[in-house]
Amino acid sequence: MKVPQLIAAALLVAATGAFAQATVKIGEVNSYKAQPAFLEPYKKGMELAIEEINAAGGTKFELITRDDNANPGDAVRAAEELVSREKIDVLAGSFLSNIGLALTDFAKQKKIFFLAGEPLTDKIVWQNGNRYTFRLRPSTYMQAAMLVPEAVALKKKRWAVVYPNYEYGQTAVATFKTLMKAAQPDVEFVVEQAAPLGRVDAGAVAQALADAKPDAIFNVLFGADLSKFVREGNTRGLFQGREVVSVLTGEPEYLDPLRDETPNGWVVTGYPWYGIQTPEHKAFFLAYHRKYKDYPRLGSVVGYTMIKSIAEGVKKAKSADTEKLIAAFSGLTHESPFGKITYRAEDHQSTMGAFIGKTRNEGGKGTMVDYRYLDGAKFLPPAAEAKKLRPAE
Amino acid sequence: MSFSAFLVQLLNGLAGASSLFLVAAGLSLIFGVTRIVNFAHGSFFMLGVYAAYSLAGWMMDRLGAGGFWLALPAAALLVGAVGALVEVVLLRRIYRAPELFQLLATFALVLVIKDAALWFWGPEDLLGPRAPGLAGAIDILGRRFPAYDLLLIAVGPVVLGLLWLLLTRTRWGTLVRAATQDREMVAALGVNQAWLFTAVFALGSLLAAFGGALQLPREPANLGLDLVTIGEAFVVVVVGGMGSIPGAYVAALLIAEVKALCVGLGTVDVFGMAFSFSKLTLVVEFLVMALVLVLRPWGLFGRPQAPSRQAGAAEAPLRPASRSFKIAAALLGLALLALPLLSAGSPYTTVLAIDLLTAALFAASLHFIMGPAGMHSFGHAAYFGLGAYGAALLALRAGWPMEAALLGAPLVAAAGALVFGWFCVRLSGVYLAMLTLAFAQIVWALAFQWDDFTGGSNGLTGVWPAPWLANKTAYYGLTLALVAGSVLALRRALFSPFGYALRAGRDSPLRADAIGMPVKQLQWAGFVVAALFAGLAGALYAFSKGSISPESMAVGKSVDGLVMVLLGGLQTLSGPLVGAVSFTWLQDSVARSTDYWRALLGGIVLLLVLAFPQGIAGAVKQLVERRTA
Repeated sequence: MKVPQLIAAALLVAATGAFAQATVKIGEVNSYKAQPAFLEPYKKGMELAIEEINAAGGTKFELITRDDNANPGDAVRAAEELVSREKIDVLAGSFLSNIGLALTDFAKQKKIFFLAGEPLTDKIVWQNGNRYTFRLRPSTYMQAAMLVPEAVALKKKRWAVVYPNYEYGQTAVATFKTLMKAAQPDVEFVVEQAAPLGRVDAGAVAQALADAKPDAIFNVLFGADLSKFVREGNTRGLFQGREVVSVLTGEPEYLDPLRDETPNGWVVTGYPWYGIQTPEHKAFFLAYHRKYKDYPRLGSVVGYTMIKSIAEGVKKAKSADTEKLIAAFSGLTHESPFGKITYRAEDHQSTMGAFIGKTRNEGGKGTMVDYRYLDGAKFLPPAAEAKKLRPAE
Repeated sequence: MSFSAFLVQLLNGLAGASSLFLVAAGLSLIFGVTRIVNFAHGSFFMLGVYAAYSLAGWMMDRLGAGGFWLALPAAALLVGAVGALVEVVLLRRIYRAPELFQLLATFALVLVIKDAALWFWGPEDLLGPRAPGLAGAIDILGRRFPAYDLLLIAVGPVVLGLLWLLLTRTRWGTLVRAATQDREMVAALGVNQAWLFTAVFALGSLLAAFGGALQLPREPANLGLDLVTIGEAFVVVVVGGMGSIPGAYVAALLIAEVKALCVGLGTVDVFGMAFSFSKLTLVVEFLVMALVLVLRPWGLFGRPQAPSRQAGAAEAPLRPASRSFKIAAALLGLALLALPLLSAGSPYTTVLAIDLLTAALFAASLHFIMGPAGMHSFGHAAYFGLGAYGAALLALRAGWPMEAALLGAPLVAAAGALVFGWFCVRLSGVYLAMLTLAFAQIVWALAFQWDDFTGGSNGLTGVWPAPWLANKTAYYGLTLALVAGSVLALRRALFSPFGYALRAGRDSPLRADAIGMPVKQLQWAGFVVAALFAGLAGALYAFSKGSISPESMAVGKSVDGLVMVLLGGLQTLSGPLVGAVSFTWLQDSVARSTDYWRALLGGIVLLLVLAFPQGIAGAVKQLVERRTA
């Protein structure tokens, strides 16, 4: 830009109000290398959202991403770098719960707005919640709570549970057990298997579950652990005559790799991208497919919606200032590919929901059938109650 | 668990043992002959699964069911060829480097291979086909047992038998055994060592890849397999005894059975308390290893290692710093003091400098026991983590002021070392290294599992410094003062009688003992001193990040420490500092520059390895000495 142009631009900025022209910088930290199956589509979703927002005119947004090497210490350093060198306005991202929590605390310390996209741990909005942090995705609690009515409807007494041995698995199982006992007092949990993440001894686990003779199984395994468990379970007849209720299994990230091994009739939460006919989703799907010649995964929806939320928040606040943004996000409602979502003022959790349905093996491909969308708002504790779970500010 | 359930769980263990044995046998062979601690061995396993996946798909389209059975050995051969290539192009150039240095090259290979697999096969897990002809299950004791697992159960003993024949009944096997015992003698007798090494490395990689290929119908090819496998393979090799192939089989069996039984037992009531054996699978192999090593210092079937005479030239004695070195160090100190002023425009420099300084202290403390004390620790992160958790817990749970917690935390780490060190100094060489790793994993598992106290897998947050240190510049000042003081103290210790005694114990334990030095007790003291300073590094780290989680004491952190020390140069006192700063800085800047930053980092480390086989600081020192000589 030549000097006269620069002056003209500066005058224009002054004339239209400084804010309208300034670019809002979103700094995003995530474990791209450690979780590529989930985060590559997620990044594509974010980039699509940025493109759409900037094409629509108004405030411009810029996205700067950093890899945290799946290590909370590195994540905090990356966040420091984004804040101090890149001068970001908004912090976003994270996938792993421990990193999400580290950044939640960082946001509180540095007094910067943080929108956690992916991480599921309840603590981000409850036990460790703070006024600077909001979260988009339905939490572990919500995912388990959505499955409980379905599990109760199965009318099974003896349940087996299997989960990855870290906070996500532990919390999902604890929530499931508590809610089940409340809804169906005669429920029995006959066997419990905690497998080290990524290292499940699938044959032994499948046999241990079968030996306990449960009527139904609640599964929290995902990724490579899930593939191993499903194959062993199929071979050993573990799932024959038994109902299975399973968290996240309907998400393309985890369902697609199962292919011809996909079991029939599991009750799962997930994302059946092939059948959602709402106009919001259709528009998103077409745009995504046009840009990447690929179908979106759940990660794509999360990345896309996270950026859209920030843009809507900035629009409502008419500023990217942290305090104004916090005020704007409290109760912010906007359209997403899954319909309207609202960030609850009381606990900063969005009401984004999930699809629940049954798995079906269609010619060697895993799909979801009989699915419906469950609004997250219905599966959260009442706002006043959730507020009590948060530390006093 | 009923008796029939118990028997079938034993069969599950047998099936799991076979792949594990193949991988471990390869690792054991490679170590026995070349003395390389091959970190990339798990990567060859992973490549085996991926290659088998692709080849099976391709061959089954053309040959039908038979294609699957051809694909498994083909994948193993292919990866074996890759192994040979790696040996010829890379490792052959650095055999004469100081001990353990080759570990650095194989660490870089892990990074490169992982990114190459991501680039070639994509991020999604790839679940292979079922084995044609063995897709179903057969009834055993009223339970359906996968037919393919029966094949796996048979493969282990068959390969064991074949390896035994190869090693005892062929000329090549005789040479391998001879080289394992005395490489120089084999060379003196006119055997072409270069090709022997290449062949052994190729065979080892082939075995790892075959172990991986056999897993194709049981688990999806995914990018996490390398690290999962390498840990278990090391455990098996060490439990069985380095270099013992039958030992590796017995150990693989032991580990796999113990795991299957933990799963089979599930939750058991012990004295009214529900104890979950399934949760124990997180760490059980390391518990077994710790137990075995404490009772049998050379593993189940191992023998004391013959000293390697071919390792790099004997280390020159340490010399006090020259005048010019002191001046240079003082100038560096001044520059570091002025850093916040010099970089006022870019506040991130201070943030990064804090990380570099804590890394430098961590590496210096590791170097203290690895270099002068001669004890290679693969589990130094335990003390870093104990310091970090100690600081966090003292501040959050005990309510200590931050300053007190910072000073109390190193004592927590030292207390841990007091216990673990007592066991570790009884061993030597790789066995000692693996026992330190076992203890580190046990501490890690405790922090990971103990939700109420340590925050479990999420760790603890809210560990921020006192208000007067909240400013990054102030915290940098504190870090600089403590790190510089600690590094000088460590250096001073090495030139004190204690330091001379440590070095004597390393260079000649027998003579040191003969003149009345209590070598083991000195080593134990060295262990505790190193842990104390690692703990301080951990505490500084915790307060600079505001949170702490089990990653800070996981294997990856221990490996980072090793890489820093080796990269800088094991035989110089400034080596760990140079290594820590260059590695951390590289990682920080490379991670921002490209999507494939892991491969780039690995590539850079490989170049450094080839260019500076004495480490960076070692190379500089050589250069200076040549000038002045």
